[in-house]
Amino acid sequence: MAFQSANNHSLRKAFSFLVSVGTFFCAILVIAPLGIVFFHLVDKGASSVNWDFFTKLPKPPMESGGGMANAIAGTLTLLALAAAVGVPIGVLGGVYLSEYGSSRVNWWLRFFGDVLNGVPSIIWGIVVYGLIVKPTRTFSAYAGGVALGFLMLPIIMRTTEEVLYLVPQGYREAGLALGIPRWKVIVHIVMASALGGITTGVLLALARVAGETAPILFTAFGNSFWNHRLSDPIAALPLQIFTYAISPYDDWHRQAWAGALVLVCFTLLVNVTVRFLTRGRTVKV
Amino acid sequence: MEVTMIDNPVQNPQREQRAPAPAAIQPEEPPAFQVENLSVWYGKKQALFDVTTNIPSKTITAIIGPSGCGKSTFLRCLNRMHELVPSSRTEGSVRLFGQDLHARDTDASIVRRRVGMVFQKSNPFPTMSIGENVIVGLRLNGVRNRAILNERMEKALRMAALWDEVKNDLNRPGMSLSGGQQQRLCIARAVAVEPEVLLMDEPASALDPIATMKIEELTQQLKANYTIVIVTHNMQQASRVSDKTMFFYMGKLIEYGETKQMFFQPAEKKTEDYITGRFG
Ligand SMILES: Nc1ncnc2c1ncn2[C@@H]1O[C@H](COP(=O)(O)OP(=O)(O)OP(=O)(O)O)[C@@H](O)[C@H]1O
Ligand SMILES: [Mg+2]
Repeated sequence: MAFQSANNHSLRKAFSFLVSVGTFFCAILVIAPLGIVFFHLVDKGASSVNWDFFTKLPKPPMESGGGMANAIAGTLTLLALAAAVGVPIGVLGGVYLSEYGSSRVNWWLRFFGDVLNGVPSIIWGIVVYGLIVKPTRTFSAYAGGVALGFLMLPIIMRTTEEVLYLVPQGYREAGLALGIPRWKVIVHIVMASALGGITTGVLLALARVAGETAPILFTAFGNSFWNHRLSDPIAALPLQIFTYAISPYDDWHRQAWAGALVLVCFTLLVNVTVRFLTRGRTVKV
Repeated sequence: MEVTMIDNPVQNPQREQRAPAPAAIQPEEPPAFQVENLSVWYGKKQALFDVTTNIPSKTITAIIGPSGCGKSTFLRCLNRMHELVPSSRTEGSVRLFGQDLHARDTDASIVRRRVGMVFQKSNPFPTMSIGENVIVGLRLNGVRNRAILNERMEKALRMAALWDEVKNDLNRPGMSLSGGQQQRLCIARAVAVEPEVLLMDEPASALDPIATMKIEELTQQLKANYTIVIVTHNMQQASRVSDKTMFFYMGKLIEYGETKQMFFQPAEKKTEDYITGRFG
């Protein structure tokens, strides 16, 4: 009897060890691509990331040198436009879910939010193409910004809702008990307490859409030169990477690698910033 | 021996009619609250049954009773905080110096400016400094003048017996204070908007004995200017601080009278059992 239970025990121990090793292996497998991608990008692209890359316009094919300055500026412009569309609407939608909505209405809003989140980004490109590009008869930075903004909406709405839920009910009650109107309690007390978390959600949404290519193709279109008016086509980093990567020129290939490296570093930077911002806050994601 | 001013209406509903003509009554201040036939439901569950009572002004009224008997519910009806529970529903009326607080056309935020509240768990706003916490009620209600705000800040902190402890740290976060100081900060925040009534729901139950004593002393000082209604689980506290005591049991107001009377000669068997610790 004693022998058997001891036997069982060691068997169980061995099995449990195997499971823990197996799951650890899978966890490593999940994050391994990040390491592989990053080192590969550094290997191929680091040599082309230089001052010219950030300051010069692209050169015509067969001419060496040049950079992606217009694409970097274009992506930042598109992100700013996307934020102008996505942040107010997304945050206010999250406020509705957390502060006003009844559970039945919220169920439907969350359901459609999740569906939207799952809609392939190229669909947004086509939708905005139909809504803005066709009526205005031109590709434009505006259209690109709106497409990216749409993509950000469900992410921002959801994270805002979640961080607002984390604000203790006691703060809302204390504010209301002072006779402060409800919307002021929400803005100055509830949202102020959750500002770190809301910012985090916005930054993560920006990082997520910064690399989108398909919706940009249908809306901002790309541009080999500087964009002077937001109602004109504008370059974007992912688009430029795509164009260069499928070109037959070695010089462009090197620049595409450099662009990809910059884009990944941007995402990394945003994530590090977010970690830093949310350190030691009362309310976080 | 003082005479019980307001009898338990359940026990003696005829009293109003038998009272002498109004002219003969001693010139007494009108009651702050007049509660009539107040019933409250949360969904289908009734939490308060037909409560009729008066709460005198510039006195401390303690509410006692076992857990779940409706103390907080009753208190929250006095400044319409019960409305925050979407399933809640009330019948009856609550008047403050004659104004019907539950009336459809009465603005809840105006009611709450007249009837302030201090909660069991101290809850200074985490993004605000000590000073900002005190004046936030004024600022968000539209007071912009810096001089007025500073003056009211000091006045409120003095009233809450906190001024001397924090006058040099007004810019530190409100959360950096001790538990007892945080609770006094919440009292300062509540009195800064100059309400007529202060409701306190177990304001000292999370505090140590010394901090509790400070809160109790404070209520005695505030009594001069405010009508105070305080919920407590602590019988000694009720008998120490209050002039009047209400005993609730299972959503009903069982007995209401002078605190001394209630604690030494309760009229109801249930009150006696509760006070002597036989249940609850
Ligand atoms: N938000 C709510 N939703 C549903 N029922 C509630 C709610 N709040 C209170 N109740 C119910 O109403 C009754 C009275 O609750 P109340 O909080 O007024 O009691 P209490 O006397 O303050 O108790 P305690 O001493 O534990 O604070 C209880 O039965 C409680 O379950
Ligand atoms: Mg309670």
